Amino acid sequence: MDGKEKALDGKSTGGVTRRSFLSQIGAAGVAVTAAPLVARADAQATPAEMAATKTEKIENAMRIKLSVNGKPVSLEVDPRATLLDALRETLSLTGTKKGCDHGQCGACTVHVNGRRINSCLTLAVMHEGDSITTIEGLGTTDNLHPMQASFVEHDGYQCGYCTSGQIMSAVALLKEPCGPADADVKELMSGNICRCGAYPNIVAAIQHVRQRA
Amino acid sequence: MEIFSYTRAADAAQAVGAASNKDTRFVAGGTTLLDLMKLDVERPSKLVDINRIGLDGIEKLADGRLRVGALVRNSDLAHHATVMSDYPVLSQALLAGASAQLRNMATTCGNLLQRTRCMYFRNTAMACNKRTPGSGCSAIEGDNRTLAILGTSKDCIATNPSDMNVALAALEAVITVRGTAGTREIAIADFHLLPGGTPHVETVLGAGELITHVTLPAARAKSKQVYLKLRDRASYEFALASAAIVAEVSDGKFSYIRVALGGVGTKPWRSHEAEAALLHKPADVATFRDAAEAALRDAHPQTENGFKVELAKRCIAHALTRATQQA
Repeated sequence: MDGKEKALDGKSTGGVTRRSFLSQIGAAGVAVTAAPLVARADAQATPAEMAATKTEKIENAMRIKLSVNGKPVSLEVDPRATLLDALRETLSLTGTKKGCDHGQCGACTVHVNGRRINSCLTLAVMHEGDSITTIEGLGTTDNLHPMQASFVEHDGYQCGYCTSGQIMSAVALLKEPCGPADADVKELMSGNICRCGAYPNIVAAIQHVRQRA
Repeated sequence: MEIFSYTRAADAAQAVGAASNKDTRFVAGGTTLLDLMKLDVERPSKLVDINRIGLDGIEKLADGRLRVGALVRNSDLAHHATVMSDYPVLSQALLAGASAQLRNMATTCGNLLQRTRCMYFRNTAMACNKRTPGSGCSAIEGDNRTLAILGTSKDCIATNPSDMNVALAALEAVITVRGTAGTREIAIADFHLLPGGTPHVETVLGAGELITHVTLPAARAKSKQVYLKLRDRASYEFALASAAIVAEVSDGKFSYIRVALGGVGTKPWRSHEAEAALLHKPADVATFRDAAEAALRDAHPQTENGFKVELAKRCIAHALTRATQQA
């Protein structure tokens, strides 16, 4: 029995709770097992309503207030929850993807106060008062962000799993110091891995938006 | 990830006061710490969030030095006008590291404390003296292609992975830290420790001491600066070998020279041997090669990283060529 298990048992009634069991599995396990259930239960709810109606007790929970896609949100989160997990599991904003969960792939890229970061390597509790933008906050199916439209036009994906992270990075890149060449774009997009290898089309999509700006 | 308590500090004094025991960790960008907490390599009982304590500015002091707050993000430091013009080796090194997202998160203080990427350190199933003192070193007989060839010991060959630290070594930065007993200043050369028999002790920071600033000496207006990083891919990869050069040449000879290496040392590797081979010597290829030989004379390669000896030599010679050919 390791230290974590002891600590959890000490705070519960002695048995293994559903939550402590999931905690033992780890974040990756939770993502696979819990996400579809949560999403199905409240598919029509807004993120704020999701947070308000969530009844499951979280041990050592902390309350944070932040803005997600322009809307104020108040959440109870486990201090261990990453911003990525809070967005996906608590707010059901599943457009942001979990790839490696170690800051190596960029699938989890979101904007915090206008800057792109890896949401898997930061804790939700560290973002009190911050403004978060996810792929859901960029555009809608009827009114795509120009970068989303350009990815569609240039076929900047195959399986699509990395795409939301690619687009969040690409939109942030528009405001960053970046030279005009394809090589400059590749360098600044190197934190977003695409296993399908759609890189040439991704670069073309980004350059298209930059040249029209 | 283990359970921990979380505290958000409002200023440096509160942060230092909250760091009550050795299992407390300050969290800034989180890019190293949370990565390692997910792997159970780091298991703090308490996290003190220092992101709201200020110390996020860059200030030119009256005597010409540049004082960088501990919480300045790597991207902001790299793109700061004074850093780009007066300390280009630092800007280049920062932009050669990680990805744009990670540079937006990672801080000056955190990068100084970046942990090794040695796969045995990161895997709790393996023996590692740095992670678990006395358990042994799996890397010495293992997959050590990316590991260190300078400053190693029989107990540890882990590479310091930082690019920023290499530039700071060449620039002779000074680190200001604050603890319960007050503040003190530490030269970068004295900040990181060789592994020796205690590879788990990586810096001279005491328990609860907080890095508050990094100060760069006044700019050397005539210096030529280069950071050259060699790696397996063109971007988003750790160095196999890198070199930071700060050089001044007058009448065709080096009148000032600082050389630091990355990717090959157990700490950011200032090469006094290379500098001695260059100072007052002609700035030509023969001298560069002499310096490279001198820098790697004490190299101790392992089973799979012998290529790094020649790679580092060529890195030094090429970086010196680039620096001295600058207009």
